[in-house]
Amino acid sequence: MIEVKNISKQFEDGYKVLDDINIVFETGKTNLVIGQSGSGKTVLLKTLVGLHEVNEGSINFDDRNFTSMNFTERKLVRQEFGMVFQGGALFDSLSVIQNVMFPLQMFSHLTHSEKLDRANFCLKRVDLINKNHLSPSEISGGMKKRVAIARAIALNPKYLFCDEPNSGLDPITSILIDNLIKEITEEYQITTIVNTHDMNSVMEIGDKVIYIYKGRKWWEGNKTQIFDTNNKELNEFIFASELTKMIKHKRG
Amino acid sequence: MKLFFHLGRYTKLMGKVFSRPGKASIFFKQILKEIDSLGINSLGIVIIIAFFMGVVITLQTAYNIENPFIPLYLIGLGTRDSMILEFSSTICGLILAGKVGSSIASEIGTMRVTEQIDALEVMGINSANHLILPKIIAAVFINPFLTIISIFIGIFGGWLAGVLSGAVSSENYIYGVQYAFEPFYVTYSLIKTLFFAFIITSVSSYEGFYCTGGALEVGKASTKAVVYSSLMILLFNVILTQLLLTH
Ligand SMILES: Nc1ncnc2c1ncn2[C@@H]1O[C@H](COP(=O)(O)OP(=O)(O)O)[C@@H](O)[C@H]1O
Ligand SMILES: [Mg+2]
Repeated sequence: MIEVKNISKQFEDGYKVLDDINIVFETGKTNLVIGQSGSGKTVLLKTLVGLHEVNEGSINFDDRNFTSMNFTERKLVRQEFGMVFQGGALFDSLSVIQNVMFPLQMFSHLTHSEKLDRANFCLKRVDLINKNHLSPSEISGGMKKRVAIARAIALNPKYLFCDEPNSGLDPITSILIDNLIKEITEEYQITTIVNTHDMNSVMEIGDKVIYIYKGRKWWEGNKTQIFDTNNKELNEFIFASELTKMIKHKRG
Repeated sequence: MKLFFHLGRYTKLMGKVFSRPGKASIFFKQILKEIDSLGINSLGIVIIIAFFMGVVITLQTAYNIENPFIPLYLIGLGTRDSMILEFSSTICGLILAGKVGSSIASEIGTMRVTEQIDALEVMGINSANHLILPKIIAAVFINPFLTIISIFIGIFGGWLAGVLSGAVSSENYIYGVQYAFEPFYVTYSLIKTLFFAFIITSVSSYEGFYCTGGALEVGKASTKAVVYSSLMILLFNVILTQLLLTH
């Protein structure tokens, strides 16, 4: 469980990107953070993992106050993190298998063959086989996301952070990636947070949905409640496309 | 002031760079990789430049010696001292600032804008230490060898040019190369090389590390890396010369 208490974040320019946000992200569930582009989703995610410091408030990982920790203390908690960045952030000097082995090299005390086995297991888990020796520039966007997920789960994380894991992917691949994240979350009882602006993801995997509007938490619920809300801004966001309007119409 | 901002941030970055590395085995592997990419890969360009420097210094010195009372062996001495004092350390330093500096800045800058540095940090890795320290150590270790090699190649180039053009005989040139040799000049040259190696790698890493934006900014960071490390080399050339050579 990740507890976010009253966090605010502003950069040097003085603009408040996050404004007094309170959220509880639940274990074993895919917690979706949705919102328009520029609403602050990435900043929220990066603040959670400590890539940005909060100006106010605190972040707690299963009752451990991450905000007040120093670099060395955070290092231990961070080994329980897995993160999938929007562009994948694969190390482009390393091959696919080396990317997945990287966290194991840095933090595990396994033998080389055990690390290799673990990396192969993770790649198989994300349905990516026979690509081990290609470099990140030689694989497709969907495959990059898979490698990024495999790398993120290599050390058996307790917390998984995904920033728009299906942006730039076709609808079929998107759904595969979404479901993969949900399966892994439930299988290993991970606290997963997924940033997205894709309503398909909400309908597919939205155990818990948080709507961010201009840096504030505007709405919270699940994928069934979301279609019945009368929150004006949320409705505009959900029913921006003809497809979602049609679904709403059919539901009556 | 911008200058103080950069100085402060650079110092802070170096503080992060010079901390204890994670796993020793990985760290040594990184250093070997950097020795190869920063040092061995620069050998070709250093050899070519040193050779032609030696050729030109010899030809110019020969051209300038018109007085028949000036002994011709001074051509060998001139080439030797010019290579040792200035060309091997400073000129090669400037060339490497261009070649190595731009590649370091674009490598680290690309890692920054594609969030690879963030990925390292999220894993709990000190990214500055992991990425930059191996480069600094590798360059500080390998560049003195490049300097020594370039001194020999330059002197050889001078000999070849002198003999082939008939400006000086082989015996005279070699006599000059050995005449009144001052070993401290080599020490001076190597000390400069160490400073320049540190400047090139740390300044270029700094430019890449704090790059924000996209491909365009990576390109700009790489240009800045070359400009600022060259300027710093010129500045430290004066400072070190003043400190080491004037009594
Ligand atoms: N490092 C930064 N410095 C200043 N402003 C930033 C920084 N990162 C993001 N922002 C601003 O924060 C806002 C939210 O951005 P972001 O979280 O990336 O949105 P999104 O919801 O699309 O992920 C934007 O207005 C952006 O310009
Ligand atoms: Mg974003």
